[in-house]
Amino acid sequence: MRGELDLILSDLDDTQALEGLQDVIERLRDAFGVDHMIYHWVDSTGEQYGCGTYDRAWVHHYLEKGYLRVDPVVAGCFNSFHPVDWKSLDWSSKVARDFLADALTFGVGNQGFSIPIRGPNGQFALFTVNHTCNDDTWAAFTATHNSDLILIGHFFNRKALEFEPDRKGEASRALSPREIEAMTLLAVGHNRAQVADALSISEHTLRVYIESARFKLGALNTTHAVARAMSRGLILVASNDGPERKAVNTQTARLPQR
Amino acid sequence: MLRYIYGHDLHRHPRLAHSMFKDRADQFRNRLGWDVQVDENGEERDSYDTHDPLYVIWENADGSHGGSMRFLPTTGPVMVNDVFGHLTGGAPVTSPLIWECTRFCLSRDAKSHVAAALMLGGGEIMSGFGIRHFVGVFDARMVRIYRAIGSSPEVLGSEGEGRDRISVGLWDFSEEARARVAARAGIAPETSRGWFECSFGGAPVREMALSA
Repeated sequence: MRGELDLILSDLDDTQALEGLQDVIERLRDAFGVDHMIYHWVDSTGEQYGCGTYDRAWVHHYLEKGYLRVDPVVAGCFNSFHPVDWKSLDWSSKVARDFLADALTFGVGNQGFSIPIRGPNGQFALFTVNHTCNDDTWAAFTATHNSDLILIGHFFNRKALEFEPDRKGEASRALSPREIEAMTLLAVGHNRAQVADALSISEHTLRVYIESARFKLGALNTTHAVARAMSRGLILVASNDGPERKAVNTQTARLPQR
Repeated sequence: MLRYIYGHDLHRHPRLAHSMFKDRADQFRNRLGWDVQVDENGEERDSYDTHDPLYVIWENADGSHGGSMRFLPTTGPVMVNDVFGHLTGGAPVTSPLIWECTRFCLSRDAKSHVAAALMLGGGEIMSGFGIRHFVGVFDARMVRIYRAIGSSPEVLGSEGEGRDRISVGLWDFSEEARARVAARAGIAPETSRGWFECSFGGAPVREMALSA
């Protein structure tokens, strides 16, 4: 599944049009082996945009009924930044129960896990995984995948924001000098202990640089992050041994001594 | 008990919220001498309190504040990037899996287990939400407190000297660290987990699924 996910996320990053997101989300749904995956952007005026694998009839029905106003998932996520299991939401009102019963008849699964996402200027979106299974199976699934799903949801949102006509630059995706140094050393085959040693930082601190770099590069794991950094030309690694060593030495030589 | 409360829900806990902001004034202005804003009610707040953070609060038996800390994801405005960016390697620390923890506060008469209980709450957030690291800004005097509760941060960068030394640090929690902090707090892991679930819903809805 790892390799497949890396490939899908590279394609997500390379997507040049909004329509490409639909293909990506279908492949992600299949890779995770769940019933549905949905990206749902709601702006401050109540305008909605999304892509996902729900039956089109449900999407039309949702819009037609104005379910945005009663959907406990939207209400619950709008006020939080932690991932939300649908079970933790307030389904006690009749309108919420009727909404859910209606959803289930359209093939929406009984289990859901939604990631609230906030972009610039109050932009808000939800990334949801939906499935049909029992509570224990679902708890095991979300415990295994929650970190990856949080990242993927944010990658989706970042991509969707790129297609906004008046979007700002991508400053937030720039790697810091330390992140570049760490990725370069990893790219030339050093292990974490060696990289930490070369940068005169602890492995613990290195993990944060890598975590932050992974997010900026749209990758779930370090190997994929290094590959993305190279393919985007953010780090330069020579192919033969001589210049490569030299490049590494140059990187380490300008580190401040602690 | 530990409570996990978003800013927008603080009004439901007026006594707890008021005593938290008052204790923050007491700690950060009176005891540490930081240049912080305290309003006419004696409450200390900064701009990050307006971003609807998640507070983890130790509530005393009488409903007042015993200690607290404040979380915001590093994908939005956070102190480590806005104010202390020069200490973290030259570019923002940004990931939805890294949350900032600030305003770690203990009331004047907090018992020794409160600090450890708060750290345990941090561990619940990590394991419950899939968060991998916390970053935070702290003062030289906090170093000893963190060490005493068995949860010392890794320092990413510092500036200033002596008592005025300010550092950006980093926490993660291994299972052993969690067990150690739980033991210091004197709180059973199931109790701590129960408080977490109580704050974030998790009420059984089996009935709901059946109704469909």
